[in-house]
Amino acid sequence: MKTILALSLAGTLLGTTALAQEDFQPAVIFDMGGKMDKSFNEAAFNGAERFKEETGIDYLEFEITNEAQREQAMERMVRKGADIVVVVGFQNATPVETIAKANPDVKFTIIDAVVDLPNVQSVTFKEEEGSYLVGMAAAMASKTDKVGFVGGMDIPLIRNFLHGYEQGVKATKPDMQVISNFAGTTPAAWSDPARGAELAISQFDRGADVVYAAAGATGLGVLQAAADKGELAIGVDSNQNYLYPGHILTSMVKKVDEAVYNAFKTAQDGTWEAGAESLGLAEKGVDYAVDENNADLITPEIKQKLDEAKQEIIDGKIAVEDYYSTQK
Amino acid sequence: MADVWLQALLVTDSTVRLAAPLVLAAMAGLFSERSGVVDIALEGKMLGGAFAAAAAAAYTGSAWLGLLAALVVSYLLAMLHGFATITNRGDQVVSGMAINIAVAGLGPVLADAWFHQAGRVPVFGAGTRFTEIDLPFAEAARAVPLMGSFYAEVVSGHNLLVYLAALSVPLTAFVVYQTRFGLRLRAVGENPAAVDTAGIPVARMRYEALMVTGLLCGVAGAYLSIGQGAGFVRDMTAGKGYLALAALIFGKWRPVPTLLACLLFALADALQTRLQGVTLPVIGELPTQAIQALPYLLTILLLAGFVGRAVAPKAIGQPYVKER
Repeated sequence: MKTILALSLAGTLLGTTALAQEDFQPAVIFDMGGKMDKSFNEAAFNGAERFKEETGIDYLEFEITNEAQREQAMERMVRKGADIVVVVGFQNATPVETIAKANPDVKFTIIDAVVDLPNVQSVTFKEEEGSYLVGMAAAMASKTDKVGFVGGMDIPLIRNFLHGYEQGVKATKPDMQVISNFAGTTPAAWSDPARGAELAISQFDRGADVVYAAAGATGLGVLQAAADKGELAIGVDSNQNYLYPGHILTSMVKKVDEAVYNAFKTAQDGTWEAGAESLGLAEKGVDYAVDENNADLITPEIKQKLDEAKQEIIDGKIAVEDYYSTQK
Repeated sequence: MADVWLQALLVTDSTVRLAAPLVLAAMAGLFSERSGVVDIALEGKMLGGAFAAAAAAAYTGSAWLGLLAALVVSYLLAMLHGFATITNRGDQVVSGMAINIAVAGLGPVLADAWFHQAGRVPVFGAGTRFTEIDLPFAEAARAVPLMGSFYAEVVSGHNLLVYLAALSVPLTAFVVYQTRFGLRLRAVGENPAAVDTAGIPVARMRYEALMVTGLLCGVAGAYLSIGQGAGFVRDMTAGKGYLALAALIFGKWRPVPTLLACLLFALADALQTRLQGVTLPVIGELPTQAIQALPYLLTILLLAGFVGRAVAPKAIGQPYVKER
């Protein structure tokens, strides 16, 4: 009796998944830190939500909480009949390679890493360009001779943020010192706000008065510490200006939402293409954020200088070096 | 010179902030373990307290109600541990581990259900956190060299829970060594049969010890989510409960040495956040990885070389059975 019950139950479950397979089925996999990290993953979430609102098509989603889940999650999306799987986060590069090779019919879009396969689209951002601009803003807003940087996990991607930031700071005030710290060397470094706050406080103690956080949810601690101490912080990936108005100088926005939305949209209408693209200021893939929450902090003078620099980067008059090229 | 002194003060200040949750959890563990109940559930109780504090503070807008919620939840978890191990004589390590795992999963699930923030509870707004208290005359004392600046930087300017943590050590020492309750507590951990012969109920003593453990862990949890931090995130205790347990063993189950062990761990942590990116003479700039291994290296070195034999309470880990 029990087996019959179990079998019929399994039957119903299979039936529902089979039904869902007939339509276009997008899927998104978020990286550690969680989809509500108010930063990188949340931007991806917003893009997916926008697609859902516009088309009414619901998407499959999964939040990775430990290393072992990466391949499993992707495999599950494929088994559930996803037509396109958008995978967020550089740490998914190797799993995507494995799973995409095994499933050549499924489209994959990976954000923040490059995987060279005929069914994978790789979207990366020129973080160094956006970071250059917020570095300029930090240097102009600082009243001391130091500014700070708190990174999440110590990896080349985050070093790239730092590299651009430093160039922006030095271009504005050549004598200024950049204090930099990383929260850790494991993925846990993306979700440790207490450590972020402690690192930020140590930088404020050492004389920095603007700290740029490129650390996922760990960065929330940096922003909180800035608000507690009455100093300034710079947000990252999503527009974080609203979190502590008056204490967030600006945010270096990465249009991850656009990338996710575009991947879904193009996969749906058939214009999706594999290959690698890198989005910078010219492609509006990165930018700095101004809204009513930081209007008082970004003075017209600062804004004018930033917009000039932005144009010069787009025109190629300022060449912002990326971190990867310094490592070769 | 003045600069070096200031740096030393700031590192000490950071040490105090980082040590507070360890001290509270270690004192909590001291009560439980001295009564003969192994408590690896310090981690879970702290995490439960942190979640409850964040949830209650976010919902009611009051840090005090947050603290109260943390105390209640942590207390209930301690009683659960007691019910499993004292009343039902279950394995103490298994029960503790079960509590840790259950809380690690339950916290994010409930947070997701109540706050829809993917396992996170953000705490915003005035009055929802314990903020820094400036002690009287702190600003005036700053001008006085050495002692004055020490008072202004290190002693003043912490939140209430840090002072509570500082107070917990002398209180624990007093209760454990100077009161009748403390004498019985130590006896019940060393030789429960003798205590029983004297007409004191062993189970009740152990329950009372766990009660104190629960409350102290609750304060530690509240410190993490509505004192030092602003909000609950998945696994935010990040092994602090285990570190507190290590400090307890390190300190040979005595309040003051345990405090010193906690301070040492916290100092290593504070140093490593400051040593990053600093260029040292001869060696040059140390890589992040090497610096982050520092606290652990220090622990191994000290445990191997300087601590000597740590003798646990004799009856630890054994459920008490009356008739044998």
